[in-house]
Amino acid sequence: MTKTITDVICPFCGTLCDDLEVVVSDDGKKLLEVYNSCVIGTEKFLHSQSPDRVTLPRMHQEDGSWKEISYDEAVEYSAQMLAKAKKPLMFGWSSTNCEAQSVGNEIAEISRSCCDNTAATCHGTSLIAIQDAGLPSCTLGEIKNRADRVIFWGCNPAHAHPRHMSRYSIFPRGFFTGKGQMSRKLLVVDPRITDTARMADVHLQIEQGKDYELLNALRVALKGEWLPDVVAGIPSEKIRETADILKSGRFGIIFFGMGVTQSLGKNHNIDEAIALTKDLNEHTKFSIMPMRGHYNVTGSGEVFAWQFGFPYAVDLTRGFARYNPGDTSTIDLLTRGEIDAMFTIGSDPGAHFPISAVQHIAAVPSVCVDPHLTPTSGVSKLHVPVAFNGVECGGNCYRMDNVPIDCRKVVESPEGMLTDEEFLIKVRDRLKQLKGVA
Amino acid sequence: MSEYIIKNGHVFDPVQGIKGDKKDIAIKDGKIVDKVGSGAKVIDAKDKTVMAGAVEIHAHIAGPKVNLGRIYRPEDKLFSCTATHGMERMGSGASIPTTFKTGYEYAKMGYTTAMEAAMPPLFSRHTHEEIRDTPIIDEGAFPVFGNNWFVLEYLKNHEIENAAAYIAWLLRVTKGYAIKVVNPGGTEAWAWGLNCLSVNDPVPYFDITPAEIVRGLIEANEYLGLPHSMHIHPNNLGNPGCYETTLDTMKLAEGFKAKNKFGREQVLHLTHTQFHSYKGTNWGDFESGAKEVTDYVNKAKNITIDTGNVTLDETTTMTADGPFEHHLTGLNHLKWANVDVELETAAGVVPYIYSPNISVCAIQWAIGLEIPLMMKDPMRCFITTDHPNAGPFTRYPRVFKWLMSEKARETQINAFKHKDKVLSQTSIGSLDREISLYELAQMTRAGPAKSLGLTALCGGLKPGMEADVAVYNFNPDKPVANPDDIEKAFSRCAAVFKSGVQVVSNGEIVSNGNKRTLWVDVKVKENAQVARDISEKFVKYYSMTQNNYEALGHNFVPNPYALEVDATQV
Repeated sequence: MTKTITDVICPFCGTLCDDLEVVVSDDGKKLLEVYNSCVIGTEKFLHSQSPDRVTLPRMHQEDGSWKEISYDEAVEYSAQMLAKAKKPLMFGWSSTNCEAQSVGNEIAEISRSCCDNTAATCHGTSLIAIQDAGLPSCTLGEIKNRADRVIFWGCNPAHAHPRHMSRYSIFPRGFFTGKGQMSRKLLVVDPRITDTARMADVHLQIEQGKDYELLNALRVALKGEWLPDVVAGIPSEKIRETADILKSGRFGIIFFGMGVTQSLGKNHNIDEAIALTKDLNEHTKFSIMPMRGHYNVTGSGEVFAWQFGFPYAVDLTRGFARYNPGDTSTIDLLTRGEIDAMFTIGSDPGAHFPISAVQHIAAVPSVCVDPHLTPTSGVSKLHVPVAFNGVECGGNCYRMDNVPIDCRKVVESPEGMLTDEEFLIKVRDRLKQLKGVA
Repeated sequence: MSEYIIKNGHVFDPVQGIKGDKKDIAIKDGKIVDKVGSGAKVIDAKDKTVMAGAVEIHAHIAGPKVNLGRIYRPEDKLFSCTATHGMERMGSGASIPTTFKTGYEYAKMGYTTAMEAAMPPLFSRHTHEEIRDTPIIDEGAFPVFGNNWFVLEYLKNHEIENAAAYIAWLLRVTKGYAIKVVNPGGTEAWAWGLNCLSVNDPVPYFDITPAEIVRGLIEANEYLGLPHSMHIHPNNLGNPGCYETTLDTMKLAEGFKAKNKFGREQVLHLTHTQFHSYKGTNWGDFESGAKEVTDYVNKAKNITIDTGNVTLDETTTMTADGPFEHHLTGLNHLKWANVDVELETAAGVVPYIYSPNISVCAIQWAIGLEIPLMMKDPMRCFITTDHPNAGPFTRYPRVFKWLMSEKARETQINAFKHKDKVLSQTSIGSLDREISLYELAQMTRAGPAKSLGLTALCGGLKPGMEADVAVYNFNPDKPVANPDDIEKAFSRCAAVFKSGVQVVSNGEIVSNGNKRTLWVDVKVKENAQVARDISEKFVKYYSMTQNNYEALGHNFVPNPYALEVDATQV
């Protein structure tokens, strides 16, 4: 006999689908099948069953080999490293739950670490823009129930957030959108002809790196002012036509991704996109939302904010919280070589950071807490495998629209494996002993 | 648990009618008791003021819009960060402090219970995570109902029983405390960029008026017999001339009588009354409507109010009144954040600077003080700043100073750039009333506790009640030499006890106490129609499943305190 668990939350992307069904063996030890999820989510669940999974912490040896050690030894190494370091960095947090993040923040406070999440390489620029210009937004159910104008700008949900379009943004039939896809106009702004762009009613194939210009031109068109013949590779008639489409809707939304946040202009692009959204609210109702990547990167920002006051790039080294992206942000700290210990959890900077930053991770004492073997675990001194959050343990996570959803445990982890939170609690308690804190 | 005796203090306790008499307060096992053994720890309160722990009836201190404020206002942290020390975790933020700092600041001022004033039900799990991380103080949260699709649909057909069953369900799954209403109908209209500015403006599509929503929710509230009444932020907030909408809203409560077992007498609580008491037709002829509003409230015994005092600070406004925040960003051109929440509500956030050099801000300041000074019954008027909307809660001691000292008010009026305008547009200059310590205890302890239905628990020092006690360095026998001494005394307590645990000593945190989450558990008759409606809405219109919606105990509400209500026999 097998058991089917319903309403399972998918711990992969910021879409945070919560309608999965997972079939497990009668004893709850084997995960057999996954329904309703996209191919990436399915893989994430099934990967936990992989026979070659690492189940014990491993120390990197001088000769490049790995030696298995116990969790207690791993706790000791991590606590000693954080206790001795002058300016440790605790990075990641986006693929773990809020409970673990909370314990991590306690550790960061005791060890006076810099702490940061993966917004460093994706929507950190959006956060800076939000701090400049605000954020008119909404929850994803509002898109489902009301939106008749949907823009995807510099993002490709067909591949990166595969169920976004069917659950919230294009296909669903909501309360005021009974005709589903037929009741919405889809606009895509992307220099590439992506699979998302192929579905669009209007695809603005913008010149690469000209997002700011096009956003600005749309604002000009809304005001009916003069435009050059061509802006960002798009003819002015087309821009005016687009502005009219946006204005004539009842409820619109701009979703934006890495194509605008990490290309030329960065946060300034988002400033302009927010300003466009605000302008559109003079004509109709419009919202804007970042397409957050990791399933709980949003949650990490939330927990940082309510505990320290800032959403990312927080520096606690002076004994109180400071925030100054460029100074206190991870990649800058690493490339300047300011960090003397690196604690990575729930993220893979090794695969995504510039090589100069990764080299510095390899040069200092380092711990990588991750169930997978990753480029980061490969360059770290200590790799601590843990239970898969959202599969082998529950915990709260925040969707890209900031809606919290409590993840479910669906299957037992291999015997003796700790969760992120359990491992962090041990490190915290040992660190308190070392630092003599009550 | 340890025993304490607070000796020789001047006790002010409206619950027992004690007006500054020298009296010992004994604490045992977390409760106030008649006497304790000789081994009890003695707290010397000679020449000090002793009151029950204060009760905050309306503040925005936890949840999605509060945290959005923190995220998008790094500038609020300038010069407001506090380092880890002793029992205290790091903190930051002036108008929107971090959760830890929020708990410490309330406790240091002698507050031991606080209500989060607007919880979007879809985000209840977030609100409770923040409440969990706010140390010391007991907290409850009011879910918002005034623009909820279920409520709009049931009340359109006057289905009170169904509305009540839905309310009971939502309070249970969100671990909520009371029925909060914000801009009834107007926030739903805002989803289309519209608003309802009077009680008779129909809500788009739903074809119901704010008046019907308000009346229906009062009826549902009394049908269930909840501890608190319907708690309302009416339509048309913050506009010149809005006092008429406020009067129209309060008139909707006429004929209703409170029905509950908690000792509550009102059926409508009007919140941040200052924002709803404006006369005039534009910002030029803007004037106070405090007299009209308080005249009405003084006569209407089934209404309680809180003030919403402007403190003349830079702050962060945040409200579920989405259209108002859009209007405000149009006025001050500061950054605008907005979140529309599916089927339920919306919220907006805009920074605001209440400058003493701007006549409108100064008049708002005056109106906020006129209201409590014009209210005859301090048991029905409570002091708030609608934190952080009219000012941060950390300014309460300053508001107390203005209320307790005419001289302090005069000093402030003289400092205004447009002093003449303040005096001509309000009657603040002619009010010579000074709030007494006893009245202060009514307005900050006994009154709000009664309005919230918490009389059995807090707000007083009667034996049997929770041992929430605040001791202030303030000698009521001595004339106040300088009004600033009032502010100083109420800023940092000599001692504070929360449920019998000493949490503050000489203005420093000495324990994180035993924080609880207050919520209301209502039992109603099984209602198949409502159960079916709920599951249908989740299947068709929500973006998450019904089974993931509830805020479960394990990490969201680790230490609950449920007020039980049985409405099955109604």
